[in-house]
Amino acid sequence: MDPRPVCNAKFDPGAQAGGAGGAGGGWESVASVVVAGGRPSGEARRSTSLVPLPSPAPDPEPLPNPRLGDVDEWGRSERMRSVARRLYDPVYRHWFRAEWDGLDKIPRHGGALLVANHAGAIPSDAPVIMHGIETELDRPVYGLADYLFRTVPVVGTMWARAGGVPAHPDNAYRLLRQQDQLVLVFPEGTKGTGKLYKDRYQLRRFGRGGFVEIAMRAGVPIVPIAVVGAEESMPILWKSAAIAKATRLPYFPLTANMLAFGPLLGPVVYFPAKFKLTVLDPVTIDVPPDQDRYSRSRIMDVSEGIRHSLQQALLTMLAERNSVWFG
Amino acid sequence: MGRRVLVTGLGTFWGGRVAQTLEKDPSVELIVGLDTTDPTVKLERTEFVRADQSYSILSRIVRATQVDTILHTFLVVDSTRMSGRALHEVNVIGTMNLLAAAGAPDSSVRHLVVKSSTLVYGASHRDPTWFSEDTARSTSARTRVERSLLEVEGYLRDFAQDCPQVTVAILRFANVLGTDIVTPITKALSLPVVPYIFGFDPLVQFVEEDDVIRSLEYVMGRDLPGAYNVVGDGRLPWSEVVKMVGKRLWPLPPYFTAASATPLTRMGVLELPDEVIALLRFGRGVDNTRLKRAGFEYRFTTAGAVDSFRKSQRLRKVLRPRPEYTYERDVEAFFRHSPAVVRPDIS
Repeated sequence: MDPRPVCNAKFDPGAQAGGAGGAGGGWESVASVVVAGGRPSGEARRSTSLVPLPSPAPDPEPLPNPRLGDVDEWGRSERMRSVARRLYDPVYRHWFRAEWDGLDKIPRHGGALLVANHAGAIPSDAPVIMHGIETELDRPVYGLADYLFRTVPVVGTMWARAGGVPAHPDNAYRLLRQQDQLVLVFPEGTKGTGKLYKDRYQLRRFGRGGFVEIAMRAGVPIVPIAVVGAEESMPILWKSAAIAKATRLPYFPLTANMLAFGPLLGPVVYFPAKFKLTVLDPVTIDVPPDQDRYSRSRIMDVSEGIRHSLQQALLTMLAERNSVWFG
Repeated sequence: MGRRVLVTGLGTFWGGRVAQTLEKDPSVELIVGLDTTDPTVKLERTEFVRADQSYSILSRIVRATQVDTILHTFLVVDSTRMSGRALHEVNVIGTMNLLAAAGAPDSSVRHLVVKSSTLVYGASHRDPTWFSEDTARSTSARTRVERSLLEVEGYLRDFAQDCPQVTVAILRFANVLGTDIVTPITKALSLPVVPYIFGFDPLVQFVEEDDVIRSLEYVMGRDLPGAYNVVGDGRLPWSEVVKMVGKRLWPLPPYFTAASATPLTRMGVLELPDEVIALLRFGRGVDNTRLKRAGFEYRFTTAGAVDSFRKSQRLRKVLRPRPEYTYERDVEAFFRHSPAVVRPDIS
C-alpha cells in the first residue's frame, strides 16, 4: 500500500491553484500578466503576454516526494482519521444512535459548505456530523473550528490530524474552490456552544455572515444541517465569567455532566441523548465567484434566511420529538 | 555589453554561492561583491570590496562601477548570528543605504533583487494554512528579525513606487536545507536527538539550497517585479522531517519552552530563537504558485529537500568537512590584476 501518488496529487499547490493570484492591484497586476504565458497549458494564451517568456515543458515530470507519513497540507492524516473513525463508530451508533434525514441532499461531488447549529459545552455535534457523512457518503469532511484549539498541546495536533482546520477564510476558500471538498462550519461559533441549557435550540446570531461570503466567493452551495440532541448531551448549567476571563477561554462552564460524573469524567463523558440530523435544501447563491467584494446587505440577508430556516427546522424536529433519550 | 552585477553579502552562503553561479554565466560582464567579512567560497573573477555593515560607501561603488543589477543577499534572517541591534543596523540601515545608492538620479541600476524570508509572515495559531504573497500577517511581529524584515520590505515597496525605472523583486525564502547552509534548524536536525515542543507537530516547509540559488539567478535575469515566495511543494509534520533524517525526537515542555531550553542554548548545543519556537509550535505554509507561474521550475519538493539534507548528513559522517577556503587579499589581487597571469579573453 503506497499512499504517495495520492499525496503527490494533493500536495502540489500549483496544480490546484486555479484563481489564487490576481486579487488586488499594484504589485500583483504584473504577476497576473505573467500568468498568461507561464501556464503549462497556455498554448493559446501565450500570444497575449507582454514580455517574452520561456515556454515551460509541456508536461513536467512530478518531482520526487519521498514522504513517510500521510499527513496532508491541512494536517489531516487519513490513517489517523480511520483509527478515529473506528474508535468513534460505537459512540456514533450505540451511544448517540445518530439518525439522518435527507442525507442525499449533500452533494457527492464538488465543494459544499455545510452549516449547522452548535451546542454542548464541548461540542458533540461536529464529530457526529463529520463521522456520519464520512461513513455514509464516503467523502472527507473538513471541520472548521476556532483557531484557539491550535494553542492547546496534544489536543490541537490530534484535532488537526482528525480533519480539523483553523477557521480562516483563506482556508475555507482553498478547500471549497480549489480542492472541491466538503467543509463544515458552525456560524454561531462559541456563542452557540457557550449558551446555557435554558436557551437550548435558540440559535445565536450567525456572526457577520462570513460563511455566506466564503460560499459566494467559492461559488459553492450552502447546505444547512439541523442537529437535535447535542444540547442535551452536555448541557451548561452555569458559567463563570471571572474564570473564563482569567483563563482566557471563551467560556468556563459548569455542566450537568460534571455534576453527574464528577470533575474528571464530567468534561469527557456525554449523556446518551438521541441524535437526529436533518439536512435542509441546499442554498445556491446567484452571484459570480471570486469577486473582490460582495454586498454586505446581501450577505446578511442570505445569512438571516439560512438562520431562519434552520431555526424553523429545529422547532419542527423538537415538536415531533417524544423523548430526549429515545427520539 | 553584458550585465554588471553587484552582490551584497558576498561572505555569506547566499552571496558567495550566487556569485559563483554568476561567474559561469558569460552574459555577466562584471561581478562586484560587497561584505564586511572575507568571502568563504572560492571566486574566480568577482571583485571583492570590504565595506562597513551599513554600506555607506555603496553609492560611490554603484557610481564607479555602473552596475545595472543589485543582488541584495545581505539581509540577516538568522537572529542567532548577531545581536538585535547589529541586525537592525545590517538589515534596515544597510538596505536604506543601498536604496539611496540605487535610486540616485544618475544611477545605472535597473534591477534590484532582494533576499527576504518567509519570517515576514510570522507563525501563529491564527495563521491561514497557506500564505500567499498578499496575505497579511495575522499577529504583529514580536521578534527583532521579523520586525526588521518587515521594515525593509516596506522601504522596498516605497522604493518600487518612487523609482519605477528599477524592477524590484523580493524573494521570500522558507527555511533552507542543503549541504552547506547552517541555520538553527539544520543544527537542530544534526543533533543526535532533535527537539520538538511536546504536544505540537507543526507542518513545516523547506527549500533546497540549489533551488535558492537558481531562483535568485532566475529572477535576476527577468523582469519580475513584486514579492515571490520560494519554497518547495508540500508541507511536512516536524515529526516526519525528523524521522526522514533518521533521528529521534526529544520533547521540550509546551509551556515556558524558551526558559526550559536555556541551559542547552547557553551551552551552545541548541539554538532556539523565538521565531524558531513559534515555527516549531505552529508551523508555516507559504504558497509558491506565483513564482511557478512566472516560469520557475523547482528541482526539490519540501520532502525532496529533507531527503537531500539527509544524504548530505550521511556524507558528512564519512567525509571530514572540507578544508575551509580562506580569502587572501594579495593572492586574489594577484590572480585578478597582475599582468603576469594569462587570462582567457572574456569580452
